[in-house]
Amino acid sequence: MEQAELRQWEHRCIQEESPQCAAACPLHVDARECCSLLAARRIDKAWAVLAKTMPLPGVLARICDGPCKTACLRKDVGGAIEMESLERFLATSAKPSKPPRPLPRNGKSVAVIGGGMTGLCAAWEIARKGFAVTVYCVAPDVGAALPEGALEGELEAMDRMGVTLERGVESSPELVEAQLEEMDAVFVDSDAVAASVLNFGEPDEVTLGTNRLGLFASRSGEKSPVFQAAAGRRAANSIMRFCQGVSMVKSRELEGPYDTRLYTNLTGVDAVAPVPVGGGYDESRAVEEAARCLKCECMECVKGCVYLKHYKQYPKVYVRQVYNNEAIVRGTRQANRMINSCMLCGLCETVCPEDFAMGEVCLEARRNMIGKGTMPPSAHEFALRDMAFADGGKCALARHAPGADSSEYVFFPGCQLTATDPGGAERAYADLRNRLGRVGLILRCCGAPARWSGRESLFGESLAELKAAWEGLGFPRIIAACPSCIKTLREAMPEAEIVSHWSVLSALGLPENARRDGGTLAVNDPCAAREDGAMRSDVRGLLDSLGVSVVEPYYTGELTQCCGYGGLLNAVDPALGATAAKARADAVNEDYVTYCAMCREMIARTGKRAMHLYDLLYPGGAEPCARPTLGHSERRENRVRLREKLLRELWSEADGVTAEDFEKVRVSCTEEGAAAMESRRILKSDVQKVLLQAERSGKHLVHGGTGRFLASFRPAVVTYWVEYESDGDGYLVHNAWCHRMHIEGAQP
Amino acid sequence: MSVIKVPGAGADGWKCGHCDREMVMKPVELTYLNSLFNVELPVCPECGYVLIPEALALGKMHQVEQLLEDK
Ligand code: SF4
Ligand code: SF4
Ligand code: SF4
Ligand SMILES: [Zn+2]
Repeated sequence: MEQAELRQWEHRCIQEESPQCAAACPLHVDARECCSLLAARRIDKAWAVLAKTMPLPGVLARICDGPCKTACLRKDVGGAIEMESLERFLATSAKPSKPPRPLPRNGKSVAVIGGGMTGLCAAWEIARKGFAVTVYCVAPDVGAALPEGALEGELEAMDRMGVTLERGVESSPELVEAQLEEMDAVFVDSDAVAASVLNFGEPDEVTLGTNRLGLFASRSGEKSPVFQAAAGRRAANSIMRFCQGVSMVKSRELEGPYDTRLYTNLTGVDAVAPVPVGGGYDESRAVEEAARCLKCECMECVKGCVYLKHYKQYPKVYVRQVYNNEAIVRGTRQANRMINSCMLCGLCETVCPEDFAMGEVCLEARRNMIGKGTMPPSAHEFALRDMAFADGGKCALARHAPGADSSEYVFFPGCQLTATDPGGAERAYADLRNRLGRVGLILRCCGAPARWSGRESLFGESLAELKAAWEGLGFPRIIAACPSCIKTLREAMPEAEIVSHWSVLSALGLPENARRDGGTLAVNDPCAAREDGAMRSDVRGLLDSLGVSVVEPYYTGELTQCCGYGGLLNAVDPALGATAAKARADAVNEDYVTYCAMCREMIARTGKRAMHLYDLLYPGGAEPCARPTLGHSERRENRVRLREKLLRELWSEADGVTAEDFEKVRVSCTEEGAAAMESRRILKSDVQKVLLQAERSGKHLVHGGTGRFLASFRPAVVTYWVEYESDGDGYLVHNAWCHRMHIEGAQP
Repeated sequence: MSVIKVPGAGADGWKCGHCDREMVMKPVELTYLNSLFNVELPVCPECGYVLIPEALALGKMHQVEQLLEDK
């Protein structure tokens, strides 16, 4: 990622923008933070938030007129937060704070003429910047009644900050002239001086500069104390710039109230009325009022994404981590797993007010990792081996319909549907042939795993083979059943006409043997259907004709959530994949119906009752939700057997693929053995290879206690260990494990 | 290079079935992604068959593999 791209992505995520209250406050008091602390009864800390931002906090907090209230997002859901009253409560109840420590003295001095709120605040802010300040006034007067000692307390604080207060001095043009001679700059509080002083024209809105060099003044008539304070701060900023000789106007947009881009979704927020202020808040009522604050933030994408939640931050932070990950030359890359765990489902982009596409960021990062050779070898290997298997001689197939020598259509069920429900795929193909005639068949993978893993060249190779098969059949229209296949192929093969099986069925009507016993089901849209409204409505139409009343989960349709399989999450972080599936499963009480084979598998594996639409359209006998979920080896075998069966029964061909020697090794597994193989992603064929190697070499270990055997073999890059016993003419597997480290100079 | 001893990496009842010999602890070279480690492991003194116990493969060894993959 280039730095410019990083900046663009960072700019898009508005999570760190100010809340409306802070943006509307001319001093940018952080009401959100203050309320959050107060709600937690951390009263002194809440006060410290005010005291850090406000000049003369003990005064201003008591007279602030709360301009933030007009902007507060609570205003439409009960009423704005009563910020002024909370400020008053804190000013009286919290432990007084120490005055801020000014910057080191810069050797310059400034005179402030007039001791109103504006002048005093200007003095406070100018002193903080390291100037020596002298205030000339008859008497300090903030124009409001205050409790005994409140003003005096802040004047003492100013004294400690190095402000000299000259009382009993009448303002006059001569005084101004004299100070301009003597000091580096002069500030006039226009509302607290004699009219005769105001002979310098209207001060500039941005800089408060006048037509006299070095003379700054507030614009008269300001009634709001907090805007008066803000004028003092603006003057301090100008005076510093003036004394440093830098631009007076550059980047001052964020000084007063400004527009914030922060978006906060109020859906589901209950209206709660403000706690009545009465004669002022006591602690419990202040706490209750503070708790009404919505703590405005965006986090729209994080709310809906298990993956974004898991890493505990939000895209603005993540994109920087992705950038840093790529920049590392020596040392450990911290974000590899994070980059490889995004489901690439696009939900974030759909909900984000600024269209932040985390999936795009992660996919691009994966491609870069592949390009640079820094992709962890283990990350996607298993999934890609599975794809290679689905595209290999034992599974792949392309034929015209039996007896036909051309194809008008070709059915493309996809590698996961054939793996999880070969019977359903077979019945679907028969139905399409019956009703449409010349429908060919292509069995293989669409290449999505290669794409998701960032391997564009591998994807290209897979696609080229698929295209060759399709050309061989004479460019028929492709009927695809899997939403991921449809999405992938539509993007990669714009020259082909790709229709969804669901739209074909919508036109043809239900298959003859469909189950029409209805019931209520929750529909799960696969994430690949997010942008395919037509497919989603075809599916709902079919469900309707099946007599199903459909319930929609909260995240549905365009806003659907990924089941945890997308983007190869389940291969990279199976635990997080399972969490995503669980979130999906828990979203509804009803049984699920979905139209993606892997959504069905992922959800059903959590224990939730879930079926594929094929279980209703092309039922295989069992109760629809009862079809078992399958392990890795079984899924592979299903593909192999489907191809063999179809070749034999439809085309009267022998399968033409010779069985390899290891396939003849007969293995069965104990329950523990099977579970270990599944969770460690060890295939039956891997075990067979180990056992064949042990047979041939005669080498293995034997256990003194159990009498079991143990052998290992490294067919490619992973070494597999199998603990087994002989079992008649085969083997019973008790346990299996694997590692990637290579043992030099020992067994193969 | 110093030899790494991993607790719990003993033969734990396994012996070589081919040579009928007890395993002995010996330094073994393990490699992954251009890194080389010398680890003391159970080895058949006769034929050199090496045992990587389950706990080692799935524990320490796996951690090191992941670390090297992120380097
Ligand atoms: S939705 Fe997410 S990415 Fe978009 S602005 Fe909000 S927090 Fe940032
Ligand atoms: S609800 Fe809280 S965070 Fe949101 S604008 Fe109001 S005070 Fe600020
Ligand atoms: S998993 Fe989906 S919603 Fe979450 S970050 Fe990735 S693309 Fe966005
Ligand atoms: Zn031996």
